[in-house]
Amino acid sequence: MQKAMIEKAKQLLADGTVNRVIGWKRGEFAYDITPALFENAEELEKDFVFDDFTAANVSKYLVKESRKEGKVLAFLKPCDTYSLNQLTKEHRVDRENIYVIGIPGGPKLDIEKIKAKGITGVLSVKNEDFTLKIETLYGEETMPYYEAVLDKCASCKSKMHVTYDELMGEEGEVLESSRFDMVEKLENMSSQERYDFWRSELSKCIRCNACRNVCPACTCENCVFDNPKSGIDNKAPADSFEENLFHIIRAFHVAGRCTDCGECSRVCPQHIPLHLLNRKFIKDINALYGEYQAGADTTSRAPLNDYTTDDCEASVVHERGVE
Amino acid sequence: MQVNDNKDFQPLIVAFCCNWCSYAGADLSGTNRLNYPTNVKIIRVPCSCRVNPMFILRAFQRGADGVILCGCHPGDCHYTSGNYFTRRRMTLLFSMLDFLGIERDRTRVEWVSAAEGAKFAATMNEFTEAVRKLGPNRRLEDLRCRKQ
Repeated sequence: MQKAMIEKAKQLLADGTVNRVIGWKRGEFAYDITPALFENAEELEKDFVFDDFTAANVSKYLVKESRKEGKVLAFLKPCDTYSLNQLTKEHRVDRENIYVIGIPGGPKLDIEKIKAKGITGVLSVKNEDFTLKIETLYGEETMPYYEAVLDKCASCKSKMHVTYDELMGEEGEVLESSRFDMVEKLENMSSQERYDFWRSELSKCIRCNACRNVCPACTCENCVFDNPKSGIDNKAPADSFEENLFHIIRAFHVAGRCTDCGECSRVCPQHIPLHLLNRKFIKDINALYGEYQAGADTTSRAPLNDYTTDDCEASVVHERGVE
Repeated sequence: MQVNDNKDFQPLIVAFCCNWCSYAGADLSGTNRLNYPTNVKIIRVPCSCRVNPMFILRAFQRGADGVILCGCHPGDCHYTSGNYFTRRRMTLLFSMLDFLGIERDRTRVEWVSAAEGAKFAATMNEFTEAVRKLGPNRRLEDLRCRKQ
């Protein structure tokens, strides 16, 4: 797949369709993969990577890239195409300036889950018939592929590309996912238990802002959390209130626009399950205002930009579930 | 958990009232000599839709024990549709606060028209009592802002 993608990119660069390519390149370690921009065939040959660790969603980079001179080629996984479509809908990207090649999603791997098995000093990871052959400094280890899959991939919502100019591989379909299971489990807890759960999770927050910076829905040039007058800009949370404030507002600002790509939890250095907050909003919107998948199209109105005269009252919150 | 009725506890209630209906409703309850608790501090906003989720959280941060948002009845908004947006927004926000384990009775949305002075007073009496029973807000407070 990686080879075919490099060939394709070289061909499009050569015939002038695009003048740069957004892909991924390797960092210090084999599993340490980061989005990168490639401008010529040599760079592509040297650095371009596509493997089980290329989970990063590159859609957000297109906000800036699509406003530059010439077309940019982006390789997008199905979940990334939802993000791009949502950005197109919000007029944040110039879709005309992007050449999208849809690539298969495939569950990506989470290095943390491999490390959690006690496997350290990882040099390379190979997938052979759904068994991972992991080469480490201390010899070879194996583990089942599905035990190392990223949470966001384990609860994948769709393998279908919602927008593309060209497709590599076969088109998938929207899946029946179990993505709301954990949200439901929390909803069925008592208020005290939920409070304790979120305290133990959110108190780990170091306010690195990674969740905000990676989020393809968070594209404001001036973020409320960078406002020097807010008292909460560029600093770690001083107490539990500031932790709650940041995470409630972060999730709220993308409510109705979050495509559930799961990048927030993937990048969180403290492993806070941030997507649960987003999924709670998605679940509520689906239940109260009708099924809605952000990014599935570019024409419908977002649920929070819309209303009907017979919407439920806010008191529904008080009437349902356990206290 | 609080087990008594917190008879001595004086909660601080912040009420966001829209300029066109609820604020006038509060005024009417005053001119009608109807009693409502002095715990309620009213903040006038141009429309209930002006209330950003951050306002609600900020009120809790600065020591509120309960926050109530009052606006025109759906369909009567001075700006045609403001309160419809408020309704969706606040439903989602309150649901999220509940999800994070913050007592759901600390927040409320109530529609009060300019003619409903009695409803305003009754709502405030009832809401203050409900918050008084819950006791001081401890789950969504900023320790640095706590009095004493």
